[in-house]
Amino acid sequence: MTLTILEDRGTPLDRQYFTWRELSPKPISKLDDDAFTRIRIVLMNGVEHEALRFQHAVARFNSELRLPLAQIRQIEHQQETLINWLIGPDHSPLETTIAYEQTAIEVTAAMARREPDEYVAQSLRFGLLEDFDHLYRYAALLDRLEGKDANNILQSYTDIVPGRPTHVHHRHAIDNVRRPTATRASHPLTKLHALTITAGEQQTHNYYMNIGPLFADALARQLYAEIASIEEQHVTQYESLLDPTQTFLEQWLLHEAMEVYNYWSCAQQESNPRIKGIWERMLDYEQGHLALVADIFKENAKKDPLEVLPETLPDPLPYASQREFVREVLIEEIDMRSRGTEYVGPDEESDATLAYREHVHADGVPSDSVAAGYRYQPGTELARTSPIAA
Amino acid sequence: MRTQARTGTNRTGILTSPDETEKMLTAEEELQPEFTGDPADFADIKVQSIAEADPLGSVPPPATVKGTLKSGMKKITGSNPQVFIDKLAERAAYERGGTRLYDALIVKFQATGDSTSGATLEELTSIRADELAHYHLLVDTIRALGGDPTAQTPSADLVGVETAGLMQVVNDPRTSFQDCLNAMLVAELTDVDAWNLLATLAEGIGEDDLAQRFRDALLQENKHLQLVRMWYSKSVVDAST
Repeated sequence: MTLTILEDRGTPLDRQYFTWRELSPKPISKLDDDAFTRIRIVLMNGVEHEALRFQHAVARFNSELRLPLAQIRQIEHQQETLINWLIGPDHSPLETTIAYEQTAIEVTAAMARREPDEYVAQSLRFGLLEDFDHLYRYAALLDRLEGKDANNILQSYTDIVPGRPTHVHHRHAIDNVRRPTATRASHPLTKLHALTITAGEQQTHNYYMNIGPLFADALARQLYAEIASIEEQHVTQYESLLDPTQTFLEQWLLHEAMEVYNYWSCAQQESNPRIKGIWERMLDYEQGHLALVADIFKENAKKDPLEVLPETLPDPLPYASQREFVREVLIEEIDMRSRGTEYVGPDEESDATLAYREHVHADGVPSDSVAAGYRYQPGTELARTSPIAA
Repeated sequence: MRTQARTGTNRTGILTSPDETEKMLTAEEELQPEFTGDPADFADIKVQSIAEADPLGSVPPPATVKGTLKSGMKKITGSNPQVFIDKLAERAAYERGGTRLYDALIVKFQATGDSTSGATLEELTSIRADELAHYHLLVDTIRALGGDPTAQTPSADLVGVETAGLMQVVNDPRTSFQDCLNAMLVAELTDVDAWNLLATLAEGIGEDDLAQRFRDALLQENKHLQLVRMWYSKSVVDAST
C-alpha cells in the first residue's frame, strides 16, 4: 500500500480538537500489550516533541510564520500529550528507560537496513551499537537496583549483551558533527530517516535529563548523567546529517511529511485496535498540517511542494525484531570509532577525544561500574542459582 | 478496573515467546562479548556516596517557648529533643497522607461496588475519621511543644517517599479494591509500630498523659490493621476458590 502524500488533505486544522480527557487516555498494558506498541508510542512522542522544538526555533527567526506555527504547534503539543500519556504509571522510570533503548535499537536498525545512502546508514549503525550497549547497562541497573528483569519490557525481541562499551562513546564535539547528507537531492527515505532518528534521540536525551535526578542511588544518578551526555552527542550527530541550506519552509514541509510517514507506518502495523485508531486519527491530523504547510509553501516560496516532497511515501518503517541485523553489525563494527565527520578504526581517534574522555572518566566510569561482570539471566541475576530454562 | 486476577495475553515472561527467547539466550554464544569490571564497584560507589552525602535537611528550632509554657507541657529535655519533634512530624505527615489514602480507597470501594471483602462504607469512613483525628492530635502536640506543625522535617519528607507507591496503587483506575487493600495493609502495619514508638518516646520524657493519648491512637490503629487484614484476606481467599 502506498500513500500519495498531498492527495488526502486530512482533517482541516480548524476541526482538530481534543478534550482534556482525550489527552489523558487509558494507558496501554505494560504486561499484555506487545512491546512494539510501546516502541511506537515512545518514538511518536519523540517525533511530536521534535515538531514542537523545531517550530519554536523557526518562530524565533521568522515573524511571518509565527501565527501559523503557533496554530499548528498547539495541536502538535496536544498530540504529543495524548501519545505520551499512553505510558502507564506502573512503568518505573527505569523500566521506561529500557523501553526507550529498545525503541532506539529496533527503530535505528530498521532504518539502517533500508537506508539507501551509505554514509547515513553508517551513521545509523554507529549510533545503533551505542544504544545497544546502553540497554545492557540499564538492564544491569534495573536488575541490581530494583531486582527486576529487563526482559519483562523487551519481551525477548532485543538482546541484552554488551555492545561497543559505553565508556568509549564519549567524544570531543569535533568528532560528533557529521557531513550534511540528507540533502534536497537525497532519496526520500534518507530525509525521513534523518529527521526521525533526530527526533527519537532528542526525546531520549530529554527523558534522561528529566528522570536522572529522580533516582536516589548515586550510581544510577551518575549513569543517567553519563548516558544523557551520549544521547546529546547522538542528537548532534543526527541533526548534522540534515541539510542546513534548506529554508525554514522546506524543513517544515519535511517535518510534517515525516510525521505523516511515521503515523502511517504505525497505523499499518499496530496490533492494539484502540491504539491503531489513535494512529489513524493522528495521521489524518498530520495530513491536515501537511496540506496547510504545503499551501503556505506555495504562497511564500512560489514553488511546488513536490519539489521538496516525494509524490508517494516509501514503504512503512517496519516494526519487527532486528536481532539478526544487530548481531551482524555488532560483529562487524563493534570497534568502530569516529574522527571528525568520518568513521575510523579504534586506534585512530583524535587527541581531542582522548583528552576529553580522560577528563570525564577521571573519577570513574559509571557505565563500567554498573554492569561489571553482568550477564543477562531470565528472572535476573538472582535466579542464577536455580536457572530458569527457556 | 480489574476485579480479580484473570488469565490473558501477558507477554512479559520468557515462556510466552519461546522462539525469540531461544535466540535471545544464544546472544552471548554468538557475539562472545567481553564482560569486564569489578562487581564490587556497585557497592563501593554506594559506600563512597554515603560517606560524602549531606543530610536531607534539618528539624526547625522551636518557634516559641511561650506556647510550651501555656500548654502546660514540659519543655522537651534530653540531648536530642529534635528527634521527638521529627517523629511527631513524620506521623503527622503520614496521618495526613493516610487520610487521603482512605479518601481514594472509599472512592474505589464505591466505584467498584466491592462485595468480596466484607468491608462497609461506615467502617471505611470511620477509619478515615480516625486518621484525620490522629493528624490533629499530632498537630496539637507539636504546637504544644513549641514546634511548627506545618514544617516538613526529614522524617516527614521520607515518609512521603516511602508511601509514594501506595498512593500510586490506590489512585490507579486499573487496580481493584482488593489491590488497594494490600497497599493499605502495608500502610497500617507500619502505622501500628510508629504509634507504639511515639508512646514510648512520650513516656521517655515523662509526658504520661501524652503517652496515653498515643496509646489510645495505637489501639485504634490496631483495629484498623485487623479490619484491613481481614478484608484483604477474605477477598483473596474468596476469589481463589
